[in-house]
Amino acid sequence: MHRGKGMKFVGDSRVKASNRMPNKPKDYSEYPGKTEAFWPDFLLKEWMVGSVFLIGYLILTVAHPSPLERPADPTDTGYIPLPDWYFLFLYQLLKYSFASGDYNVIGAIVMPGLAVAALLLMPWLDKGPERRPSKRPIPTAIMLLVVASMFYLTWESVVNHDWEASKAQGQITPKDLGLVPDIEIDENSEGYQIFQSQQTCVACHGGDLTGVGSNPMLLGNELTAEEVEEVIRNGRGAMPGGQFSGTDEELKTLAEFIASLKEE
Amino acid sequence: MLNKLYDWVDERLDITPIWRDIADHEVPEHVNPAHHFSAFVYCFGGLTFFITVIQILSGMFLTMYYVPDVENAWKSVYYLQNEVAFGEIVRGMHHWGASLVIVMMFLHTLRVFFTGSYKKPRELNWIVGVLIFCVMLGLGFTGYLLPWDMKALFATKVGLEIAGSVPFIGELIKILLAGDATIIGAQTLTRFFAIHVFFLPAALFALLAVHFIMIRRQGISGPL
Repeated sequence: MHRGKGMKFVGDSRVKASNRMPNKPKDYSEYPGKTEAFWPDFLLKEWMVGSVFLIGYLILTVAHPSPLERPADPTDTGYIPLPDWYFLFLYQLLKYSFASGDYNVIGAIVMPGLAVAALLLMPWLDKGPERRPSKRPIPTAIMLLVVASMFYLTWESVVNHDWEASKAQGQITPKDLGLVPDIEIDENSEGYQIFQSQQTCVACHGGDLTGVGSNPMLLGNELTAEEVEEVIRNGRGAMPGGQFSGTDEELKTLAEFIASLKEE
Repeated sequence: MLNKLYDWVDERLDITPIWRDIADHEVPEHVNPAHHFSAFVYCFGGLTFFITVIQILSGMFLTMYYVPDVENAWKSVYYLQNEVAFGEIVRGMHHWGASLVIVMMFLHTLRVFFTGSYKKPRELNWIVGVLIFCVMLGLGFTGYLLPWDMKALFATKVGLEIAGSVPFIGELIKILLAGDATIIGAQTLTRFFAIHVFFLPAALFALLAVHFIMIRRQGISGPL
């Protein structure tokens, strides 16, 4: 070898030292004592760091099973979309008036585009030889500002999102799993006719009574006719009351019909 | 026996310098957390690679069950998650790894930025690093669609609309990714699958190789 005070380092494929190349570590032999070989000393330390990291990673995996929502249904227009968490700051950016609507292209393309371009060209935007952050205040300040805004936008996005509604709209239903109970519906019954005539019933529970989206399936319900009547009048959970537009008599018939949708 | 085998190969290919280069290179004190605890910031790049390896392995196992088809994609993921032995763990590692790799890569980027390590002569490696960052975000975006559940579909819809808003070529990019100008469906899923499993990993491997070769050529940047 050409370097190293006559010491022989077999494994040093670095470009030869010359005055043309600054910011290059000194020759290995210039570090007394504390430099160590990659194999096996340093690799062992890397493995220890890796093991600690892996334990945390596995605990996270076991403690929080990865989420899965119900199968994609392009016809469900009411769904509130949400990107993966690391895109939330961009998602939030698109909500501000200077970056949405007519100016959408600013938030969606221009600003992220400029950021990536600036990052790519960083070595030429900050050409000085100084490496310490304190010796190059402008790049340091800009980067800190960018990171702070990313954190702020992500935070804003998280606190402004309705997580409960988000969770409810994605719930897997028995229908998604092919678990629709085998119940025969008497389509000539008066109750069925009343159900089909009520727009609000059909909109959420579906013409086939298996529920639309995350709204519950009526087949195989566990309510009595009185309870069904009570739910239709006063609502329950996400369902509002007072939606039924027929007479009390019809309501009773409908309730009895729904209560009859049980497995043998 | 092993020695003989090694000698037999070495005699023909002279492999000693190749692996001695990896094994023997010395690690300077300022990046070694055993000497300065604050040097743990130099671990972020290695941890990013560690998670990338886990992503590749878990991804390979996921494709044993996953079916890239609108009828069966969700069912296959549900089956994998709930019926297959350790399926929940494999999918969980891939899911959480996707987030962790972004976190670690972000920290690695900040470390390189704040230590000024991108400066001459390491400009090219910085550029390759930024490209790796973009490829990783692309992997995250395309992988998000694959379970074909509600959040996947609608997040992709928004993402494709953003791609479509690029001036002049937006519509072309959108059609290239989605397979259709208006529909996000069977074509989109198979394209995202191909991009996620073949195109982007191929780009990633090439970039990682270049990234590592350049580190070995230039050595790690010196102390501040």
